[in-house]
Amino acid sequence: MTQLTMAKAINEGLRRAMADDPKVLVMGEDIGKLGGVFRITDGLLDQFGAQRVVDTPLAEAGIMGAAVGLAFRGYRPVVEIQFDGFVYPAFDQIVCQVAKLHYRTRGNVTMPITIRIPWAGGVGAAEHHSESPEAYFVHTSGLRVVAVSNPQDAYIMLRQAIASNDPVVYFEPKKLYHTKGDVDLDADLADAPPMGLARVAREGTDVTLLTYGSQVLTAMDAATAAEDDGVSIEVIDLRSISPVDYRTVTASVRKTGRVVVTHEAAREAGVGAELIASVTERCFNYLEAPPQRVTGHDIPYPPAKLEKHHLPDLDRILDAVDRVMDRPNSLTGHEEWGQPEAGRGAAVREGLL
Amino acid sequence: MTHTLTPTAELATDTEDVARLLTPDGQRISDPELDRWVQDVDAATLQSLYRDMVLVRRVDTEGVALQRQGQLGLWAPCQGQEGVQVGTARAFRSDDFVFPSYREIGVNFVRGAKPADFVLAWRGEEHSTYNPYDINTATPQIIIGAQSLHAVGYAMGIQRDGTDQVAAAYFGDGASSQGDVNEAMVFASSFRSPVVFVCTNNQWAISEPVTVQAKFPIAGRAPGFGIPSMRVDGNDVLACLAAMRWALDNARKGNGPAFIEAVTYRMGPHTTSDDPTRYRDKDEVERWKGRDPLARVEALLRAEGSFSDEFAAQVAADADDLGAQVRAAALGATSREPIGVLDHVYAEPHSGLDEQRAWFGAYLDGFASTDEEAGR
Repeated sequence: MTQLTMAKAINEGLRRAMADDPKVLVMGEDIGKLGGVFRITDGLLDQFGAQRVVDTPLAEAGIMGAAVGLAFRGYRPVVEIQFDGFVYPAFDQIVCQVAKLHYRTRGNVTMPITIRIPWAGGVGAAEHHSESPEAYFVHTSGLRVVAVSNPQDAYIMLRQAIASNDPVVYFEPKKLYHTKGDVDLDADLADAPPMGLARVAREGTDVTLLTYGSQVLTAMDAATAAEDDGVSIEVIDLRSISPVDYRTVTASVRKTGRVVVTHEAAREAGVGAELIASVTERCFNYLEAPPQRVTGHDIPYPPAKLEKHHLPDLDRILDAVDRVMDRPNSLTGHEEWGQPEAGRGAAVREGLL
Repeated sequence: MTHTLTPTAELATDTEDVARLLTPDGQRISDPELDRWVQDVDAATLQSLYRDMVLVRRVDTEGVALQRQGQLGLWAPCQGQEGVQVGTARAFRSDDFVFPSYREIGVNFVRGAKPADFVLAWRGEEHSTYNPYDINTATPQIIIGAQSLHAVGYAMGIQRDGTDQVAAAYFGDGASSQGDVNEAMVFASSFRSPVVFVCTNNQWAISEPVTVQAKFPIAGRAPGFGIPSMRVDGNDVLACLAAMRWALDNARKGNGPAFIEAVTYRMGPHTTSDDPTRYRDKDEVERWKGRDPLARVEALLRAEGSFSDEFAAQVAADADDLGAQVRAAALGATSREPIGVLDHVYAEPHSGLDEQRAWFGAYLDGFASTDEEAGR
């Protein structure tokens, strides 16, 4: 085991994948000499050369479309989108081409493309640099979507994503780039848990808390805090949000009977909505309380000085835990509001609902 | 070089300012740039170019008829564009890789598409009937211009493999406005990739005339990206063959991308769902009938004594035979089993979709057992 930051773990994952397979190449903006704006590709140009570490023109659709052509030719492109909010120009190529070519060609053409996206907020960044666009990709059939929360997963799951014959959108939380953890650099992919499996990050008996990415750390803190309050929370790090490991999820919810989902992304039609719908379908008779979501507000990502009011923090998670535990909470006395974070409160007050 | 670059004229609609080897009435004329690329073209080659165009037109006619008879959901006719499609495609090596748009019936014909490949997608049976690697031709692209980037990426792969293959993208005048096409030219130029862009300027993007896309010839854009380009008569199969040989040779030698604007005309509607009488002049269509790509080759062959009755009869018989095969492929098509709608979404097992498949299979089986109970 080696202590590495997540950034370094991803770097090592790329290095290992490139060493293992000459068809793997990385491409993106500023990833060569600079090593990427987050230094994730640091040193790769020197080790593998400009044919396999490609500084591209500043055009995300171009990067993605070129990756499609390289995949046609038998390559395994690993694309770096510089920031989450910059992925939208590439959206057409991802949705119409990357995701659909295997289906369109009846499996004759594979798209083993890994789309790395430095992701989400909490780092005081400029506009368009803190977004959580994962639901768009989860909704797109043909893609796999993963979000990592620790250096070991980052290292292994990146290698798994690159080795996969399907396209994988790989979300790496910027906020955790510099958190350290043990990484087994010699790990054999054959022995590693499959990319699609969720991980029970902490066992508990009262509430199942579902999350992914950097929000896993907030969830763990919430679980620790709740323990002092006599509530036992089981935290599940989903790791893969498409597909979701419902075997692990339903086993937990059937045990606890209560479920809270938290993610940074906005609530409306977010991953949490899908998770709760699916959990409800599978576990309705086991539920002791209405499932709860703790998410970003339904707003464009706010200015950095205000992001702390947007991001679901420990207290907002604990408030939702109180709701499913039927303890006093922010809704107490305002039951007609339903979910305050859904914005119904004002409408109720104004008599609109 | 002056510091101000100004278009010298509004040339986008000037369909006569093109490189040409065959005049509309079938005169073989000389072009200093193009001649050298077709010196080997003898009467037999001209005959085979003519035959290909006749067969392509027949596939197209059959496609329209099948759509009108309800056998196909839609058809995108290529009539009028046989010259650029056959001429450019005949310049490829079989190991070059082509990324066509949905209207490149003639390109796919030359690449080796089978009769069923022309109709089953438009019938709605499959998105793609052939394996792209069998004929080194991608599934025809419907998203306008998206394939131009795929060709560049493929060409980047060729560079890494160190072979002398070339990739090519076909798109239209409408696509020239798309970001993908412009980004493709930036990438191709930046990486000096062996790719040829063929812009079939058929004057119309559904109802929009080319002047909505361009106030200057589209071929004039490529040099701005650092890409040499040529503007040819797209109804002149010989000029198209020559231009494409120039472009492919340029790429094969390691000189990077090239761009061809083939000036032609979409004689039919955009698709069988379109009604061009709402937006364009009959006179314009009539004018272009006089520039037919097949007629000028026939005239030249006749003048050279290479258009015998036997030859004409054989070509007509071959076309009828191909038309019959296309028709039979459409009429004889069978649809996939219902569960097959879930096939090939992923290359590897996927817990979510696998679960849906299990459920849908059981659901379908439920009808089977109901049928059994009812004695059906």
